[in-house]
Amino acid sequence: MPAGTLAQETWRRFKRNRLALAGGVVVVFLFVISFLAPIVSPHDPNQFHLRRVLEQPSAGHPLGTDELGRDVLARMIYGARISLKVGFVAVGIATLIGMVLGALAGYYSGWVDAFIMRLVDIMLCFPAFFLILAVIALLEPSIWNIMIVIGLTSWMGVARLVRAEFMTLKGREFVSSARVLGASDLRIIFRHLLPNAMAPVLVSATLGVAGAILTESALSFLGIGVQPPTPSWGNILTAGKDNIEVAWWLSVFPGLAILVTVLAYNLLGEGLREALDPRLRE
Amino acid sequence: MLFYIFKRLLTMIPLLAGITLISFTVIHLAPGKPTDLALDLNPAVTAEVKARMEKLYGLDKPVHVQYWTWLKRLAVMDFGRSFAPDGRPVADKILERLPITITINVLSLALILAVALPLGIASATRPHSLFDQTTTVFVFVGFATPTFWLALLCMILFGVELGWLPISGLTSYNYDQLPALGKLLDRVRHLILPVLLSAFGGLAGMSRYMRANMSEVIRQDYITTARAKGLKERVVIYKHALRNALMPVITLLGLSLPGLIGGSVIFESIFAIPGLGQLFYQGVMSRDYPLVMGGLVIGAVLTLLGNLLADVSYALVDPRIRVQ
Repeated sequence: MPAGTLAQETWRRFKRNRLALAGGVVVVFLFVISFLAPIVSPHDPNQFHLRRVLEQPSAGHPLGTDELGRDVLARMIYGARISLKVGFVAVGIATLIGMVLGALAGYYSGWVDAFIMRLVDIMLCFPAFFLILAVIALLEPSIWNIMIVIGLTSWMGVARLVRAEFMTLKGREFVSSARVLGASDLRIIFRHLLPNAMAPVLVSATLGVAGAILTESALSFLGIGVQPPTPSWGNILTAGKDNIEVAWWLSVFPGLAILVTVLAYNLLGEGLREALDPRLRE
Repeated sequence: MLFYIFKRLLTMIPLLAGITLISFTVIHLAPGKPTDLALDLNPAVTAEVKARMEKLYGLDKPVHVQYWTWLKRLAVMDFGRSFAPDGRPVADKILERLPITITINVLSLALILAVALPLGIASATRPHSLFDQTTTVFVFVGFATPTFWLALLCMILFGVELGWLPISGLTSYNYDQLPALGKLLDRVRHLILPVLLSAFGGLAGMSRYMRANMSEVIRQDYITTARAKGLKERVVIYKHALRNALMPVITLLGLSLPGLIGGSVIFESIFAIPGLGQLFYQGVMSRDYPLVMGGLVIGAVLTLLGNLLADVSYALVDPRIRVQ
């Protein structure tokens, strides 16, 4: 094995996977678009033009206009911001909860483990979409509530992963030696064990972003997600459904954007999985 | 075997308790009493309904007493009355919608199995072939496709442009005038798109899973033995390997239930199908709390039962599970 840090080694292996690289490029592109939205957007996403309602794609409006005459491309560019935000915040919440609970379960075993794992089983029984809808019905649909609820209903996979890693790692010598040196439980968990469990968590978080984006778009599509006039890919699709007989562009482009984005995160995640898997390391 | 089922039933008790506890917590998430908010926002909620609601949850009593009261009612399927103007018991409303949702989900599960299993087997037996690579691409794109979007595209293509298939409801407006065979055909035509699309979501995952199972099984020694003793490849794959590769699929079927039930919200509202999903969605939109809570509990319990069924069937086909 050539000398180099783990990051260098991973990158060397990652960049050989063209599909994963393409996924990464799309993700970076979306980040850039989101940050530069006010600069790259051809129009104001909320500017009404009641005389230019539901216009076909043209030079002035490359992706057409919606039912209020707003530019679809501009709304999609701003919609990318929403997807990004929801994806990262929701997954951040889920990953944090999953890591803490998984670490506790894996490290302490016994009744702590039994309790946390039953909680995981219980959460997995709920059709996630039902649970999210019910909570949104009681609170109110807003982007923050959605991010929190998606996060609170999707941490179980991470918890299981971290727990499994902890169970295999905690019997190793480096943990025993840390303990002999007088390290506290917290120190062992956070300084010694958790860093070793990060690779699968990173992979699962990348795939989780894709899932969160899909969920947000479905919620917004049903009218219980991001509320208009804030543009999101899902709520543009709602307009697409309402105008399904006259305006195909309202349905086709936002959906395509979701597909490409989710595909990109999935390819990136799978690429990371392969690059980080020590069994595949030569 | 009986002992296994009994043991499995026992483990369901804490899960059931947890499901009801979480559902109960969700109701109490609403700012103030659930009845306050409903009263403010929903004109259908009269003082009488409010009183009924307070009685249902015993809102004047301490929380643990409220939970216990609610549990006792759940045990006899009493979810209270809907806030909707008809004010009917939630249990009745849910039960009359359930058959449609279950029919669609069973049909799409059957379709998933019928397509994904052969696909997975074919990929696994020809690893890295053009066929395998094409399937892998299909699987990745399938995973990434928002199914509600695909539903919209299919509605545009088959419903609007080509006019081949109806795009909403379960029956046509002239259903009552149709002859018996016509009625059946009409129903089938209305079910095609919803079933195809709800199957699509699970297709990618299932074929990927089947491919993984199969490639693992065909690497095992007993398969080499079967080949070595001169059995035809067809017999080796479809008789020796398939049986073992199929077993984990049972568990996955159980695990895919919540996704299917949750997905019914989307499909039933897109295609205007009067099933549990649509009922739940309408309940959410009109803040019909008893209905939402009922739907949540029923959805989770259905999943729990599905998993039990999957585990028991698994134990039936795999003796190793029973012995443990």
